Amino acid sequence: MAKSDKDSLRLSQESLNQIDAEVAKYPADQKQSAVMGALRIAQGEKGWLSRELVEYVANLLDMPAIAAYEVATFYNMYDTQSVGRHKITVCTNLPCALMGANEIGEHLKKRLGIGYGETTEDGRFTLKEGECMGACGDAPMCLHNNHVMHTHLTPETVDALLDKLK
Amino acid sequence: MSLLTPSIKVCSWTQDFDAPASLATYVANGGYQALRRVITEKISGDDIIAQLKLSALRGRGGAGFPTGLKWSFMPRAFPGDKYIVCNSDEGEPGTFKDRDILRYNPHQLIEGMAIAGYVLGARVGYNYIHGEIFEIYQIFERALNEAREAGYLGENLFGTDFCFQLHAHHGYGAYICGEETALLESIEGKKGQPRFKPPFPASFGLYGKPTTINNTETLASVPWIVQHGGQAFLELGKPNNGGAKMFSVSGHVNKPGNYEVGLGTPFAELLEMAGGVRNGHKLKAVIPGGSSAPVLPGNIMMDCTLDFDSIAKAGSMLGSGAVIVMDETVCMVRALERLAYFYFEESCGQCTPCREGTGWMYRVIHRIEHGQGRPEDLELLNSVASKIGGHTICALGDAAAMPVQSFLKHFGDEFAYHVEHKRCMV
Repeated sequence: MAKSDKDSLRLSQESLNQIDAEVAKYPADQKQSAVMGALRIAQGEKGWLSRELVEYVANLLDMPAIAAYEVATFYNMYDTQSVGRHKITVCTNLPCALMGANEIGEHLKKRLGIGYGETTEDGRFTLKEGECMGACGDAPMCLHNNHVMHTHLTPETVDALLDKLK
Repeated sequence: MSLLTPSIKVCSWTQDFDAPASLATYVANGGYQALRRVITEKISGDDIIAQLKLSALRGRGGAGFPTGLKWSFMPRAFPGDKYIVCNSDEGEPGTFKDRDILRYNPHQLIEGMAIAGYVLGARVGYNYIHGEIFEIYQIFERALNEAREAGYLGENLFGTDFCFQLHAHHGYGAYICGEETALLESIEGKKGQPRFKPPFPASFGLYGKPTTINNTETLASVPWIVQHGGQAFLELGKPNNGGAKMFSVSGHVNKPGNYEVGLGTPFAELLEMAGGVRNGHKLKAVIPGGSSAPVLPGNIMMDCTLDFDSIAKAGSMLGSGAVIVMDETVCMVRALERLAYFYFEESCGQCTPCREGTGWMYRVIHRIEHGQGRPEDLELLNSVASKIGGHTICALGDAAAMPVQSFLKHFGDEFAYHVEHKRCMV
């Protein structure tokens, strides 16, 4: 790997400190337990988990790269393909669907001109269909970049949200 | 309201406070008194387990297993490391009660876990929090820091030799990790694939050490039981179904949300609390315990009380207490299609009957919904479902089969109509 590629993989000191805090939660001989947190932190900084980035995280935790890659591909909030700057995930499971989630999904598709699993040409938005987020009473809802939940959505609040996300 | 008054709001009493999640609110209202008393008075673990058994507290995550009995399986005198793990991986469609405990009453869970650590001989605990609720994970992390700074977690608690540390582990999107052994694999930094049982976690759990895993609401109920006694908790509910429980009501009601009521409360009362079926519509069907529980027609449900035994007698499960309400506008084929897709998507792929069967069932229901159903499809669905249920390592297989079987049992006419007329009868 060329040196410049390696530099682009390097995580910020803040991210590395956060990963250290994850490692500290587990017994000293169980560093691998921190891989879920470490991958989340790496993805948060870099936008998505390239194969090289997963290997970089695996090295930090002294674990085989394949074991980290298994984790990255098993849990569905990790993105192992590039995504837009703003990933919107809509829960369409039954309780949400009963409360209007499909209508919100259709509105998002129309506004963004893309379907589920697609990214807008300008790289601004990715739209995903998600599974139960454990907040069914507040449906319809979506997640922005995995971490911020927007609940009780209406077409108007969806429009306001999209306008805010540059 | 406070933790010192024995009200029906066992886990939800903080919700009307200005800062419900804060340590100050919790301590000012009796929080951490039970832990202090247990540790400083060196109350024996046997006594606490006896109170839990008396209370008839049953696991609030879905299985309803008696908590006191589960704790008694733990080799408490075993000299090595032991763990207490909380399952806050709440992803059973319809369930959103643990999220409210974590964001409005995190200290009661922390206190419950510390008491569990004391009883079970665990010096370290982990709380596994569902991936999609990152903001709630952060609230819980803040609560942990508050508890550490105030000396409720850490070394030599209350000047004794008891030490207990607790950490939060954040999931990242896998329904299967709600299964307790998949959850342990996940904490170990692996794919969340369930383990064969036996050995059970009490003998071979996290990192191969004895481990007890309980649901959030179960552990958060423990300080209340220690404070007021097992008998008082039992009396909030009914025999064999002790205590109050949070019910998550979603779907076609006017006021979706969490309602904590005594076990044994009539379903009709809960429905009324949730504002009734939305705007004058009629009750068609209810899934009483999260998406994996068999669906029941509305008229059967209206005769049920909300407790493990009554719902089981009616042919379903109280499960996690997630009540999904459907009115007469719902197409049951379409509803089942969505649930079937969920289990197909979330199968971990380890066992062939589940990996292949969930996809097969989804494809058959999908074609019925889209006007391409075949006359033999209903029988085929029942056949596939019966070959998944009971033939897999974990309960996800059963969870995928039960909705299919129950939808066909109670609403088979709608499926047959779809097949025959290539369209919906609703």
